[in-house]
Amino acid sequence: MNLTVRYFAAFRELTGVEAETVNTDASSPSDLFNECAARHTGLQKFTSSMVAVNDEMAGWDSALSDGDEVLFFPPVAGG
Amino acid sequence: MNPFEISRQAIDLAAFRERLLDRSCGAYVQFDGWVRDHNEGQQVLRLEYEVYEPLAVSEGQKILEEAKQQFGVSRACAIHRSGLLELSDVAVVVGVSSAHRGEAFDACRYIIDQAKIRLPIWKKEYYANGNAEWVNCQRCSEAGHDHEVLTARARR
Repeated sequence: MNLTVRYFAAFRELTGVEAETVNTDASSPSDLFNECAARHTGLQKFTSSMVAVNDEMAGWDSALSDGDEVLFFPPVAGG
Repeated sequence: MNPFEISRQAIDLAAFRERLLDRSCGAYVQFDGWVRDHNEGQQVLRLEYEVYEPLAVSEGQKILEEAKQQFGVSRACAIHRSGLLELSDVAVVVGVSSAHRGEAFDACRYIIDQAKIRLPIWKKEYYANGNAEWVNCQRCSEAGHDHEVLTARARR
């Protein structure tokens, strides 16, 4: 399946990529992140990183479907 | 006007307060978050907020609704800044009005606490020594924490 992956803040700076299309068999955002980390040296999952799928917060072990947009969020720090 | 907003401009606190006015309310609680000149032993010169606005706004609205439901307050609004901020700028404002003060304090506290942990907003601090760091990321990395640990927070 084809997915769009978007990186934010520290993740964008670590990968040097804002968004990319990936062809993958990853079964979950967690698997997908590990695949991306294998391609992007320096990309690592900080504790309390979060993920959203199609503009909804999601679990790291949730299901993925063709065409999904997966958003990887490093630890948030609003306020 | 949306109860939860992201603003690239300085927040107009007087206009914000007007939105919370309600004749049925005897209490108004406002929390302002300011840009502080230090953090974790570093001298901070300014900071920058990156916001993923579509989700920050929808999640922000949810937090405000939760606060109204849980504490029974009449009105709740918040504005969070994005972009570059200088020292003492208002980074976030939360306002709650209600019939009595107790629930207004509680709801205000709930909103700012939830906003800090749930909204897709990132803060980059610029230091006097010339460095800049994403808060909660660099130090985590340097400390050698176990980055394989998945800590997807359980969604309600």
